[in-house]
Amino acid sequence: MSPGLEIVLIAVTTAVAAALPGSYLVLRRSAMVSDAISHAILPGIVLAFFLTRDLNSPFLLVAAAASGVLAVVLIEALRRSHLVPEDAAIGLVFPALFSIGVILISRYAANVHLDTDSVLLGELAFAPFDRLLVRGHDLGPRALWTMGVILALNLAAIAVAWKELKLATVDPSLAALLGFPPAALHYGLMAMVSITAVGAFDAVGSILVVALMIAPPATAYLLADRLAPMLWLAAAAAALSAVLGFAAAILADVSIAGAMAVASCAVFGAAFAFAPRRGLVAQARQRSAQRLELALRMLLVHLLHHQETEIEREECRLAGLHRHLRWSEARTRQVIREAEERRLVARSGELVLATGDGRRLAEAAVTEG
Amino acid sequence: MVEEARAWALEVEDLTVAYGDRPVLWDIDLQVPSGVKLGIVGPNGAGKSTLVKAAMGLIPTVAGEVRLFGRPRAAAHGVIAYVPQRATLAWDFPTDVLDVVTMGTYGRLGWVRRAGPSERRQAEEAIAQVGMSGFARRPIAELSGGQQQRVLLARALVQDAPINILDEPFQGVDAPTERAIAEVLDALARAGKTIIVVHHDLQTVPEYFDSVLLLNVRVIAAGPVAEVFTEDNLRLTFGGRVGVLAARAAVEG
Repeated sequence: MSPGLEIVLIAVTTAVAAALPGSYLVLRRSAMVSDAISHAILPGIVLAFFLTRDLNSPFLLVAAAASGVLAVVLIEALRRSHLVPEDAAIGLVFPALFSIGVILISRYAANVHLDTDSVLLGELAFAPFDRLLVRGHDLGPRALWTMGVILALNLAAIAVAWKELKLATVDPSLAALLGFPPAALHYGLMAMVSITAVGAFDAVGSILVVALMIAPPATAYLLADRLAPMLWLAAAAAALSAVLGFAAAILADVSIAGAMAVASCAVFGAAFAFAPRRGLVAQARQRSAQRLELALRMLLVHLLHHQETEIEREECRLAGLHRHLRWSEARTRQVIREAEERRLVARSGELVLATGDGRRLAEAAVTEG
Repeated sequence: MVEEARAWALEVEDLTVAYGDRPVLWDIDLQVPSGVKLGIVGPNGAGKSTLVKAAMGLIPTVAGEVRLFGRPRAAAHGVIAYVPQRATLAWDFPTDVLDVVTMGTYGRLGWVRRAGPSERRQAEEAIAQVGMSGFARRPIAELSGGQQQRVLLARALVQDAPINILDEPFQGVDAPTERAIAEVLDALARAGKTIIVVHHDLQTVPEYFDSVLLLNVRVIAAGPVAEVFTEDNLRLTFGGRVGVLAARAAVEG
């Protein structure tokens, strides 16, 4: 495999692995917890490194997950104390844990490859240099294996606890009542987020993990009506962001991780604007269609009130309608054109008169209101 | 078995709940006979919702014991079906009515096992019973308040539990929903279920319930509506404010 292809594969695997637990974070309104966890895993990694002196030890994953879960426990404890506002709890806990990690690195590990830059930003471009060798056989980049295993773990956890995670997200109190402790599921999910974050931070750094965990699921949320499609779409958006990001990084010669994060936000932006029903464009269209419907009814009710009366000649005259309805002339022309197309009104000389269909619509509108 | 049949459906003994050092429920003793329709009534902050949540073990208690059909609550699984207040559900979650109602079967399924065709059939029947047959595949984000309430009711029906606890089901619903809820409560009562409803509207208490619990941090009175739902007891429960309510009742009645 070429290094470029390897990097793309690592990026896609990382992004998809992050999008899965990230979807649950978005649905549980805990998006910022990903930020907390991705920082709070640092002291766990550093302490585990001191113990094992091996940056590739799986023990690092376990210790990182533990310190991520510890962060969540501390945040919950602070919240429950009611002594600090809710979001301040997150803001208090993770910088404390992260800074402990930074201090430990600068004091005791200044000479090893565990520098703060790579922790914050990661460096995908170097990932292919770190190979997984078994008895002298080169099995490919280590990061690909790590993220592949984490992706498989995430898929397995979601498949096994599918209905439990869903129930605890939709209605924690029913979960408790039916014997599925929501706290256990919550911490299980947080462990999943922590393990994913520590795996991903090697590749893309702790800050960009947040982009990968939140932006693709937020994109999918705008597009899907069901949980399973949302997860697939989140995975697809994540993979697309990874590929686009890599291409952009090569073209512009910039950080791959940074370009991926920007790409994931761009993909979200596209969905935000153009999502079929919830996007800005669709909503604007829907609102203008609703306004047109209302205008049609107003026009028909006006015509119905006055046609076949003595003032018909004045009130229903095409040239005077915009004055009676207090609309601009352009708007009036637009509404009448639409009404004519739908055969709700017909011209009679210089008068505009409601047809049978138009009459029925106007009568229905008046009785409904 | 005979012993069990004679036991109270719900028995609460010396139950106290406090937020910090402020008791919100103070030494509650309550026996609910099997098969009654009990309304829990009291002013805002009386602890009505807190009482039912504590009885279900959803919030921590300072003291007290809860027994369901004579057994400690922890040993009585699947005995209570619960209709929470509407706002507790995440209605923006991407799923549909059928899926939410099917969640009522999860307790029977236990861990890992997924709902199958028979669970879905039960859910569809419950959806029909609350008059929402056409809405099974509707995303829950698109429901009106009354429809949300009926979905929660259907979810409780699917649990098929001997005790049904509803927290303010009539709060802010439209007339068809109110009728649907009242009909379902009647059907449950005919099936011999015990029904406990946190209720805010004094006017409709005699119409919907046969028993009433008047609550204001302590139990003021509990028993059959005819004996307990008296103006004296209401004044004890609500303080001076009941004068207003009684006046309104007189005007409307």
